[in-house]
Amino acid sequence: MTVIATESLSKRFPRVTALDRLSLDIGPGVTGLVGANGAGKSTIIKILLGLSPATEGGARVLGLDVATDGPAIRERVGYMPEHDCLPPDVSATEFVVHMARMSGLPPTAARERTADTLRHVGLYEERYRPIGGYSTGMKQRVKLAQALVHDPKLVLLDEPTNGLDPVGRDEMLGLIRRVYTDFGISVLVTSHLLGELERTCDHVVVIDGGKLLRSSSTSDFTQLTTTLAVEVTDTDTHPDGTAVLREALTAAGITLHARVEDGMPGAGHVLLLEATGEQTYDLVRDTVADLGLGLVRMEQRRHHIAEVFRPGPDPAAAQPQEVRTR
Amino acid sequence: MSTPTPHAETRIHNIGYRDYDGPRLGRAYARRSLFSQSLRGAYGLGRSAKSKVLPMILFAVMCIPALVVVAVAVATKLKDLPLDYTRYAIFTQAVIGLYLASQAPQSVSRDLRFKTVPLYFSRPIERVDYVLAKYGAMAAALFILTASPLLILYIGSLLAKMDFVDQTQGFAQGLVSVALLSLLFGGIGLVLAALTPRRGFGVAAVIAALTISYGAVSTLQAIAWSTDSLDAVPWLGLFSPITLIDGVQTAFLGATSSFPAEAGPGAGQGVVYLLVVLALVAGSYAVLMRRYRKVGL
Repeated sequence: MTVIATESLSKRFPRVTALDRLSLDIGPGVTGLVGANGAGKSTIIKILLGLSPATEGGARVLGLDVATDGPAIRERVGYMPEHDCLPPDVSATEFVVHMARMSGLPPTAARERTADTLRHVGLYEERYRPIGGYSTGMKQRVKLAQALVHDPKLVLLDEPTNGLDPVGRDEMLGLIRRVYTDFGISVLVTSHLLGELERTCDHVVVIDGGKLLRSSSTSDFTQLTTTLAVEVTDTDTHPDGTAVLREALTAAGITLHARVEDGMPGAGHVLLLEATGEQTYDLVRDTVADLGLGLVRMEQRRHHIAEVFRPGPDPAAAQPQEVRTR
Repeated sequence: MSTPTPHAETRIHNIGYRDYDGPRLGRAYARRSLFSQSLRGAYGLGRSAKSKVLPMILFAVMCIPALVVVAVAVATKLKDLPLDYTRYAIFTQAVIGLYLASQAPQSVSRDLRFKTVPLYFSRPIERVDYVLAKYGAMAAALFILTASPLLILYIGSLLAKMDFVDQTQGFAQGLVSVALLSLLFGGIGLVLAALTPRRGFGVAAVIAALTISYGAVSTLQAIAWSTDSLDAVPWLGLFSPITLIDGVQTAFLGATSSFPAEAGPGAGQGVVYLLVVLALVAGSYAVLMRRYRKVGL
């Protein structure tokens, strides 16, 4: 079953080409749409909602043609905008009830679904207070709730983690995951951070300049190549702890990247290595301990969108990558 | 789901996510819902207690003179109301203007300012539904404001056993007049309010548009009258909303003109008046449609 299908979809404005012959085939699940600002993400969403005609090509959402079935699509699809969209002087309950009715739900159903949905996104007593007093995280939850309240088959979430602190981000990403796993609603979520989506999405589509850059399942191009950053202290016995650790890890058969990109803080003291699973973490820990070094940090390096732009081997047939330099 | 027990409502069930398979009433229902929400909002219903104060006070101010007139008429057994139905809105135009200035911005500026408009357009309704619902609600709110005192007068006149046919005719003419007024004022108010997401600017713009145009027109009319160019008086009346309504009801609804020397338009000029009113109503609608083409998603 296909949830979203586009066929050489193009959108041209007088000055810019926002989308250039984009063909996508997106199935059920959580799909990430990644692209830098201005890559065409919002344009895709507008076209999918049937609000902006395509210059060329076409698109189908839930089997409905965006050019002719806009209202029917919008009845079955939820949308969460990137920007603030909440009036501060009404409560979350009043606002979401109103939006449910705007989606065509009868009054009683609108109230019931609002109570349910707000509970599911994690808003409890505060839902009776005016939205103006909410934190950014709570506002994002209200925005998500209004997109889910009419039980759509698909939700389009535009940058849902914008403006959230790290904890808020993780909670929002977990919530998005649940939208599909628990509620059975397919999700298209946009972001300019690939790393953020790799844990949430089943499938990631990368676009740049309106063109499709890559479309593959998440496991294909992120989980195989989780990068760990490790930084250690120097000790009296090992005046250059980093070099010693590099040798020891290479001897243990771990693939190390040549060096950290320039310009990063402490670039010379950070080792980047490929993590192939839990055992890599244990190995690094044990090696550091055996050498008597102090472990300053060991963290997952998020993949940045720039990494996908780099030419590389086809991820489907990915070998553990060789030393990568820029 | 558990079976109902005497304490069913006090229990908390963790009942996971429930699908909705009930009816989806679609576009026309959504438009109606937006209309009724906006209409209620125009009187502060469904909004904070603070926002009920001003519309309710203005509503009371509109109705009190009618109640006083009725009380006097019943007590002194008058044969006719001391005030025509069609004159009521002209006398209370300042109150109507204040009401419009306070409520038109709240109806449209809030959605623009807090960028709620895209949420509407991501739902089954289209731009035309949004504009129709908002315009309809504003006009209906004005109609309630202006027709309620007429209803009070009418009921009072019947209680005072005035001539039934006479009163019913006057009441009907008054209703037509305020209906036209509601459409005209509602359109002008919404257009001015929708130009800016700032509520304060909207309020100021509506008040300025109504008072400045009326002030200018009545001054010019007075000058025209005192310089013996009485012919110009009815033409000047075309340039402010309230004098437009005054002209239309003078020409067609049996009203006495409030222009200097009661020099209202005749039937021929009345047609011009009516056309201008209708053009303004249609123009307001067109401008609103244009305005919302840009602010979509």
